[in-house]
Amino acid sequence: MSVVTNTTTIGAIDAPSRRNTELALLVFAVAIPVFAYANVGLAMTGKLPSGMLGYGLGLGLLAGVGHLVVRKFARYADPLLLPLATLLNGLGLVLIWRLDQSPRLIQRAKSAFGAFHPDAPKQLLYTALGMALFIAVLMLLKDHRILQRYTYISMAFALFLLILPMFFPAVNGAKIWISIPGLGTIQPGEFAKIIIAVFFSGYLMVKRDALALASRRFMGLYLPRGRDLGPILVVWGVSILILVFETDLGTSLLFFGLFVIMLYVATERTSWIVFGLLMSAAGAVAVASFEPHVKLRVDAWLDPFGCYKTTGACEQIGQAIMSFGSGGTLGTGLGQGNSDLIGFAANADFILSTVGEELGLAGMMAILLIYGLIVERGVRTALAARDPFGKLMAIGLSGAFALQVFVVAGGVMGLIPLTGMTMPFLAQGGSSVIANWALIGILIRISDTARRPAPAPAPSPDAEMTQVVRP
Amino acid sequence: MNKPLRRIAIFCGLLIMALMIRDNWLQYVRADELNTHKYNRRVQIERFAHERGNIITADGQPMTSSKETSGSDFKYKRAWNNGTLWSPVTGYNSQAFDSSQLENIEDKILSGNDDRLFFDRTLSMFTGEKKQGGNVVTTLNSAAQKAAFEGLGDKKGAVAAIDPRTGAILALASTPSYDPSVFAGNSTADSKARQKLLEDKDKPMLNRALRETYPPGSTFKVVTASAALENGLYTSIDQPTRSPVPYQLPQSTTPLKNEGNIPCENATLKVALQWSCNTVFGKISDDLGNKKMIEEADKFGFNDEVFTPVRADASIYPKDNRPQNAMAGIGQASNRATPLQMAMVAAAVANDGKLMKPYMVDQLQAPSLDVLSKTQPEKMSQPLSAANAQKIQAMMENVVTDGTGKRGAIDGVVVGGKTGTAQHGQNNSEKPYAWFISYAKTDQGSPVAVAVVVEDGDANRDDISGGGLAAPIAKAVMKAVLKK
Repeated sequence: MSVVTNTTTIGAIDAPSRRNTELALLVFAVAIPVFAYANVGLAMTGKLPSGMLGYGLGLGLLAGVGHLVVRKFARYADPLLLPLATLLNGLGLVLIWRLDQSPRLIQRAKSAFGAFHPDAPKQLLYTALGMALFIAVLMLLKDHRILQRYTYISMAFALFLLILPMFFPAVNGAKIWISIPGLGTIQPGEFAKIIIAVFFSGYLMVKRDALALASRRFMGLYLPRGRDLGPILVVWGVSILILVFETDLGTSLLFFGLFVIMLYVATERTSWIVFGLLMSAAGAVAVASFEPHVKLRVDAWLDPFGCYKTTGACEQIGQAIMSFGSGGTLGTGLGQGNSDLIGFAANADFILSTVGEELGLAGMMAILLIYGLIVERGVRTALAARDPFGKLMAIGLSGAFALQVFVVAGGVMGLIPLTGMTMPFLAQGGSSVIANWALIGILIRISDTARRPAPAPAPSPDAEMTQVVRP
Repeated sequence: MNKPLRRIAIFCGLLIMALMIRDNWLQYVRADELNTHKYNRRVQIERFAHERGNIITADGQPMTSSKETSGSDFKYKRAWNNGTLWSPVTGYNSQAFDSSQLENIEDKILSGNDDRLFFDRTLSMFTGEKKQGGNVVTTLNSAAQKAAFEGLGDKKGAVAAIDPRTGAILALASTPSYDPSVFAGNSTADSKARQKLLEDKDKPMLNRALRETYPPGSTFKVVTASAALENGLYTSIDQPTRSPVPYQLPQSTTPLKNEGNIPCENATLKVALQWSCNTVFGKISDDLGNKKMIEEADKFGFNDEVFTPVRADASIYPKDNRPQNAMAGIGQASNRATPLQMAMVAAAVANDGKLMKPYMVDQLQAPSLDVLSKTQPEKMSQPLSAANAQKIQAMMENVVTDGTGKRGAIDGVVVGGKTGTAQHGQNNSEKPYAWFISYAKTDQGSPVAVAVVVEDGDANRDDISGGGLAAPIAKAVMKAVLKK
């Protein structure tokens, strides 16, 4: 075996596949949530939960199948992505199950809807669906560059997905769900995030030189020509407008960030960052002053306890912050906190409060590090990718992932105003977990291509000719 | 394309780092503040998550208990063993409406959060025992308390009894009373029950023994007599006083009369107290002047709040003009006293002039029954010399044997007392308050001094007198303490 000196950027010849590393890490990624599950049961009822074996086997089976598929179809893929996502997903299931046991939330559901339905079994089902999509991506998408063919179809499909919720009633003030009878609700925004990244990558890959070079200098900034920038600006503008009308601010922020990041990477022009920051600042101020729903959230962010007893608009964020404070350094222990005081969305947008309270600062640091690692592996994949489309796609997806984590966690912790998105993998929510598994699938596919050893040089027809002696 | 990629990587790293810094800020720097935040329900949940310690009588009977509840995240609530009897002592403790009096003052011990219980808490953390609150052992005598409460019956009034030798409070009754159990929880029913109590015009939640001041009426003549002796106005209780009948109030055209036809003209102090002569004591107050009267009253504890540790309102001997000062000397005008204050007056006389600081908490106990602290009796002041105190004792004992206080007498026991019928209302329009203060003596000093006030609006006006209404209650309380 030759000496490998560089495994990070341009794929080295004969890179180790690291599949066994992945397997070893997966064992931890399954064992830790199983212990956590046992912990919750012991803390809340004093005995091991009855579903423990089923849960452990289920998670182990999913992880095992995932691993085998990666081994077969993406041999050289990054070994960390799958275990990290599995660990987060497994912990998320435990947290959701733990909140299902909360008498306070059960009581709340009963008085609000007349009945209580536990979320954990549904989430396990969605996890399985997510895993299925992950496997499908790996099996069907032999090469991520195939996606390049669907640049404009992706654009149309993404816009379609974004417009769709407009025709469904608003849920809790935001029109971001579509409901399919018998199947439940879907949040198309989560899928649109991936599809729009495909469009941006495909379009920017083709137009990046034009965008970067055929530009005019204007007030110290390089502005590209309208015919190059126009289509992308339109798509982006339309999607932001739709999202603003649907009052889904978290997702519009995410789309905007995705757009700026990809444009910057494609053109290598810092002016895009300046533009992006200016525009997002202007947009944020405008939306915050016109939209009452947002204004309330900004007020709640500025003073989380200010309206606590009057309007109650800041009750959730106040509760979340107290949840974190009560957890302290080491936390109360799984099942022993009172994060369910948050009530509505305790296991969705606010699931991080449960982590904060029951696992403490230590647990939060671990969770944030896991998210950080996923992003880091994604960026590394982008660096290692050999084709511009793959690079753009990988940085777009991991940038979106990082932004989503920041917006949700920052909102819940009171760092930025609350916008309402789900914590990837951790939070309850079918669309989110399914879409994020697909996202991981695509990243794994790109990283496999990036780390795959270069094929042996093709035999040169010329060389052959010189050797053949013709009569 | 790799240069911008690396920058984006740094940007993503910064995002995660910002989250981590924010998290440290919340969970480490601000943890204590948030954990005890006034809106943080966890504080309340923790408070009611375990059994609260109990408030116990001196003879070992718990006044309180803890009751397990369901349907709420508060596991336990406070319950009382006969709450109507003990609420003037304990105050209330409610899941929704906070707490008052002893329940509030000794909350740290009762809830188990006191620093002195740190060792117990740490120990139980390792042994896995449930956290428990400590106990508050009071000085109250359950028999005396019962006698006081039953004596008051359905009349409005209050009783305070003290052990003159130590200052230990033996009984503290107030009627009409209330049962704090009815609003110990946090349900709508609790809230309604509390609202009903608050709206009741008889004010059942008012602790009349400590928090209500009444004109002390003739019982205050004991203080006036002490002032006369202490200031040398008269040296003997058998020396005739220079007092006319009726006595013309100074700077006024109003004559001060006596109740009925009693021998008050130039009467001795002893006779004057025996018949409760307004003329004699009004003139003494005027002869001494406002300043000296205030000084003596202050020594008995007037004009200052008393902390037992539950706060008792300040009784008032006012700074006033001459005619008002003369009236204040017989316990009228703006002279006001709490029942506890008048019990302190009787106690100081019974204890040979030494006034002990009244207190009701004897010991604080850890859940393991170890004593955390014990109250040591403390001298508060010396309102009168032992010799003068014995003179006043002779006068008060004479009141019970031969004067207005005969109904306070107990067979075979030396009892000293003083009746009082305090007028109140504009131009004496409302029904007067009946007072009786007394003490009993054995060969080991005096074990009990009592003050009783009955503000009975129902009784026939002519029947209201300290001797008739209040003295039998005081007698019952003294008998309970003496076990007679």
